[in-house]
Amino acid sequence: MQTENYLIRKPSLEKLFNNLIGSGKTIYAPKAKGELALFDKVQAFGEITEDYIVTANSAKSVVFPRTEKLFSYHKTKEKTEITDAANSAFPDVVLWGTRPCDAAAFIPLTDTFNGDYKDIIFNNRRDRVFLISFSCSRSDDYCFCTSVNSGPGNTSGSDILFTKLSGGDYLAEVITPKGQLLVSENSDLFETKSEEDKEQNLAVVATRFSQVEIQAKLQNLFENPVWDDKSRACLGCGSCAYVCPVCSCFDIQDEAHGNKGTRLRCWDSCGFGVFTIHTSGHNPRETQGARWRQRILHKFLYVPNKSKIAGCVGCGRCSRACPADINILDTLTSL
Amino acid sequence: MSELVKKAAALLESKLVQVVIGYGKGTGNRTRAIFATQVAECENLIFDSRCVQNLAVYLTKLEIKKLGKPAIVAPVPVLRSILQLAVENQIAESDLVILGITPESELIDFESFASIETFLSTHKIEIEEKYTKTIDAIKAMPVAERFAYWVKELEPCFKCYACRGACPLCYCTRCTVDDNQPQWISVASHPLGNLEWHIMRAMHLAGRCTDCEACYNACPMGIPIHLLTKSMLQDVADNFGSYGPSLDKQNTLSSFKPDDKESFIR
Amino acid sequence: MSNQNIYIPYLMRIEKITLEAPGVKTFRLKFENEEDAETFSFKAGQFGEYSIMGVGESTFCIASSPTRKGYIECTFRQAGKVTSALALAEEGDVVGFRGPYGNTFPLDEWKGKSLLFIAGGIALPPMRCVIWNALDTRENFKDITIVYGAKSVDDLVYKDELAEWRSRPDVKLVTTVDPGGETPDWKGEIGFVPMVLEKTAPSSENTIAIVCGPPIMIKFTFPVLEKLGFTEENIYTTLENRMKCGFGKCGRCNVGEVYVCKDGPVFSYEQLKLLPAEY
Repeated sequence: MQTENYLIRKPSLEKLFNNLIGSGKTIYAPKAKGELALFDKVQAFGEITEDYIVTANSAKSVVFPRTEKLFSYHKTKEKTEITDAANSAFPDVVLWGTRPCDAAAFIPLTDTFNGDYKDIIFNNRRDRVFLISFSCSRSDDYCFCTSVNSGPGNTSGSDILFTKLSGGDYLAEVITPKGQLLVSENSDLFETKSEEDKEQNLAVVATRFSQVEIQAKLQNLFENPVWDDKSRACLGCGSCAYVCPVCSCFDIQDEAHGNKGTRLRCWDSCGFGVFTIHTSGHNPRETQGARWRQRILHKFLYVPNKSKIAGCVGCGRCSRACPADINILDTLTSL
Repeated sequence: MSELVKKAAALLESKLVQVVIGYGKGTGNRTRAIFATQVAECENLIFDSRCVQNLAVYLTKLEIKKLGKPAIVAPVPVLRSILQLAVENQIAESDLVILGITPESELIDFESFASIETFLSTHKIEIEEKYTKTIDAIKAMPVAERFAYWVKELEPCFKCYACRGACPLCYCTRCTVDDNQPQWISVASHPLGNLEWHIMRAMHLAGRCTDCEACYNACPMGIPIHLLTKSMLQDVADNFGSYGPSLDKQNTLSSFKPDDKESFIR
Repeated sequence: MSNQNIYIPYLMRIEKITLEAPGVKTFRLKFENEEDAETFSFKAGQFGEYSIMGVGESTFCIASSPTRKGYIECTFRQAGKVTSALALAEEGDVVGFRGPYGNTFPLDEWKGKSLLFIAGGIALPPMRCVIWNALDTRENFKDITIVYGAKSVDDLVYKDELAEWRSRPDVKLVTTVDPGGETPDWKGEIGFVPMVLEKTAPSSENTIAIVCGPPIMIKFTFPVLEKLGFTEENIYTTLENRMKCGFGKCGRCNVGEVYVCKDGPVFSYEQLKLLPAEY
């Protein structure tokens, strides 16, 4: 579909939000928490903060929650009954306030859960998510979206992208048929676009590295001291993987209560020491350096080799969240 | 802090230590832990009010221990952790060189753990009023309300274990949560699972925590988990009269003395 | 599988339990649901996720041959949480099974060739499926040689089948135990598998070698195979790795660009050499 451009006035934006709430949608938007902004459920427009570059957490939990029920069971001596959780009622969700990097991340994330084996629970959620993204008017040292095929005004992955213009109103770019449907349902709020230039209202994000060059370099860097050097301060937690909008490694755990229980899919991280450990005690990635190497190679070599796009959207959340200030840009630019 | 740089460089040069663990420039206005193994790298050592990460966490890390004997830059919170690690027999005096830094930003040497304890006796742990007020308010809540308070506060937690990773006293080579025979603490993050983890961690720190706030600083979601550990610290002090590590008295809750009170046994 | 949720297992009833060796059991499993039994098929080399509801899932190969319909078999050693729960199960109990996952031994490509199977200890189960598959289509292959060793006589698995293979004129079976693992009436070889392989010196002409065993055994077996004239593309193995989902999503078995559960677990030595040493 060809992107359609509209103008939406500032007051109409709030009306649009209220219409969405009124129609029974569950809306996740950035809410302020101290110095952070976190994606959370909101009921009123006033709860949303505009004061963020990116939220501390990513929006992936609306399609890939940290704990997802796969099925529940009831076991008796005669039979075992399984209740499929894919048949649950999944909510209609609007993500309001994702950045272009967040929206772009939905593409590799959806790829992971499809392919030869389609995760229908993921897809059931994904099909019900409507992405309303807002372009970035500012960026910081952590951002590197422009180095990984994204950018402060990219439309990839969004249904509608709003860009704040100098007058305080918003350019609305409608990217998908879903987006077009919303516009037609709220046609009184959208006007034909003014001539104002989108580019002028976007942050300038300098390119920090060439993804193609990094990919080429990484081919030969498996046995290199850079991995130990750059991960020395690493505490082996899962912060980077959990705040990352693309990371999707998971664990499958059973929780039993008597003869009933559930099988769950929960977040996991390749940064944890026990991620790859065998029952025999053998651990293919014994050192933190080996695990840091896996993170970088997976995102910037293995995934691009197979699917042409990097496994990273340059949001910088990993570096922002890292308690030890391990900075992914630092590693990438020092290769 | 050029004095620090000189001292660190001298230690490396003379091969008294093989690595200097200190603070260096991080991203933007942050600082990060750096590990200087060459004299030239000492130039990167800094110290100012932004240096809040507790470096003592690296003293028990395998990859750091492999580098050799360390010198460690130690402002007061780090000194407290070093003393606690000493009380728990995780480090010996000859294992490290301490580059102490007073609250007035002056360098100070410590030749022994006992001298650290002496110094710290004039820099006691003090829980700030803003925290005691909040803790008292929570404690005043009826149980159901208190439970709901914590379920809500812990809602953003996704069990990344940054709190565990940053805490210098969480040095177990295999954490309880990584045990699955039996699975003591559920792996999944949900209201019960989150509570289980944080309550367990606070309990494991009872009598050991030195109030460095590394756990809170590490949390990517800004959850005030340090309220649990501060509350625990207060409870231990109120009940057992001790506040912080002591080589003489050992660990408050894991050292038995015949005259320990038994009033709770009914 | 009639429903589409890829995480939901087939329900299987344990028809027969065989104690193979100390701590090692074989389960013969039948589908609870008749429809599943009819529609299910797999190829030699594939594996599944076997589970006890409420405890968890564990990864084992399908140890029975696809030529034998109506049931599947798995063999496992009691080692961790799930295998310990499985070890407590009784005949008639229900377990879960998700699969078949993974790639297969390219038996079609091997028609007309000789097959050399080399296995150690608990690594015979992943090969048993392809051994029986080959024996059940015996006319497709020339010589079939099996070299199998374990720590001690007790630790040898599939003792009845070893006897059956030994009695067949169209199979050459060499069994061995580690020095010190023999019993007074042991008639087989004594020595580590790589040494016994060298002594047996099977021909490498038009032969595919399939090796499976603990890392240390594989490490010493490959040089022997090379000495005997085997080339890298004619040596196959099946890799073990920490796996969870079985279909390349959870990330655990990711080694380089490959997911051991999807692109493996069967690899030729030629393919294996291209992977980083993280398995």
